[in-house]
Amino acid sequence: MLSDGADKQNGAEATGRPERPRPRPPGYFEGESITRRRAFEGAVHGLGGLAAAGIVLPAVGFAVAPIFHRGKERWEAVGPPGDFVEDTYRQVVFTETEGIGDAGKTTAYVRRSSKQLDEEPGKFVAVSNRCAHLGCPVRFVEAAGNFICPCHGGVYDFQGKRIGGPPVRPLDQFQTRVRNGQVEVGPRFSVTSQLEPVRARDPGEFTGGIWEYLYPPRPSTFPPPSS
Amino acid sequence: MKLDSLIPAPLRKPAKPGQGNGARGAAPADLKTAPPERPSDAKKLADRAAEAPIDVLAWVDQRTAASGFLTGMLFRKVPKGTNWFYTLGSATLFAFIVQATTGVFLAMFYTPSTTQAYHSISHINNEVFLGQFVHGMHKWGSSLMVILIFLHMGRTFFFGAYKYPRELNWVIGVVLLILTMTMAFTGYLLPFDQRSFWASVVGININGTGPVIGPYLSDFLRAGPELGATTLSRFYAIHMLLVPGAIIALIGAHMYLVVKLGTTAPPWLKAEKPKVAAPVARLDAGANGNGAAPSS
Repeated sequence: MLSDGADKQNGAEATGRPERPRPRPPGYFEGESITRRRAFEGAVHGLGGLAAAGIVLPAVGFAVAPIFHRGKERWEAVGPPGDFVEDTYRQVVFTETEGIGDAGKTTAYVRRSSKQLDEEPGKFVAVSNRCAHLGCPVRFVEAAGNFICPCHGGVYDFQGKRIGGPPVRPLDQFQTRVRNGQVEVGPRFSVTSQLEPVRARDPGEFTGGIWEYLYPPRPSTFPPPSS
Repeated sequence: MKLDSLIPAPLRKPAKPGQGNGARGAAPADLKTAPPERPSDAKKLADRAAEAPIDVLAWVDQRTAASGFLTGMLFRKVPKGTNWFYTLGSATLFAFIVQATTGVFLAMFYTPSTTQAYHSISHINNEVFLGQFVHGMHKWGSSLMVILIFLHMGRTFFFGAYKYPRELNWVIGVVLLILTMTMAFTGYLLPFDQRSFWASVVGININGTGPVIGPYLSDFLRAGPELGATTLSRFYAIHMLLVPGAIIALIGAHMYLVVKLGTTAPPWLKAEKPKVAAPVARLDAGANGNGAAPSS
């Protein structure tokens, strides 16, 4: 560019005299496509952007990394198989999150799989006490045979299916296995309204059908048991 | 001139003509014959002390030109009808200052660790001198700040003070409201008792119910799939480092715009009629005896 707007306003055109040739900027050569000034402007902005990204990106990555981290699979023995029956639950407490003491413990209700309910025989069912509404602890009420949430009145049947109140899906479950003569409970998983296992979802999130896409599974959870 | 040597050079008053030691300018002729009584050192000290505050202020002002800005801000015109409702914004700011001050002192005793947080809070409440008072100010003050923000917001809305040219200040105010709610949410977990634990569980799960990004947002807040040790330190960092800085910066922008744009008059005040000369009743041309008789 040999002249800019200000020159045009204040210079030759305003006075009506013909424009005089202006001196070339330093470093000008015939056929240049970009001025020195613009080239340096671009370089300075680019380098500044690189430096800023070098500081910001690691910091952001540091903050969001836990989303993509999956902890070690954890199994905990909760008692010999003889402790559990088909027609009622036994409450067990075990550690789900390590390192925070009692706050990391959670409660499950465990029973044998029931023939009357058409469940696969010889297995153990461990129902989480975490309400599928907003995560309050539910309680199994023996007399009613239901799980009842004290916070907002969610009610679940014997298998953990929602039969009343605001919850959006059945109660979560934990994987179970028998090792060394002990029933062990493992990673959490969620279930659809038909009790099909899916990856663990947070309370308040629907499961099954299109909801599997609207509430996508998180990388920090374990794959559901194949059954 | 022992006294002058004690005062730093920039604050020293320049000698008036005729009062110097003769190095600059000549003394008046009469001084040579009858030297006036020289003031005592004590009097000079008193004079100097009396002028010291002004000297200091003038020294600062000469280098910052702050007085122009301050007089413009402090003596700006406010519209007629300005009333007590207009103090709600200042009240919110004051509530924030209380939160910031008490928060700094609570941080001196608080431990953001899952095993010690609860004990450090009960230590503050039960053993630290005035600890319960400072903790109480912080705890109840947070509710007060949220209430004041909403009152301030209501005043702005019902007085129409969000309209042109103040829309941007409304937007900044809404961001400040969200940040304040973030403060209230993250601060609630810090005592790490049953109430705060379960309230945070519920709050994080409510965040998680947002479609598509909700599950990842709650993982981000918890720093993992379950509420754990990192959640507490994460909430603590957000509560006392991240959000307060943003709030302070935005309060600055908010107040700059208030001073720059001025406040609005309350809506019940009608605009004053423009002061133009009242139209003079046209005199009849013949009435003053200069013209012809009325034609009608």
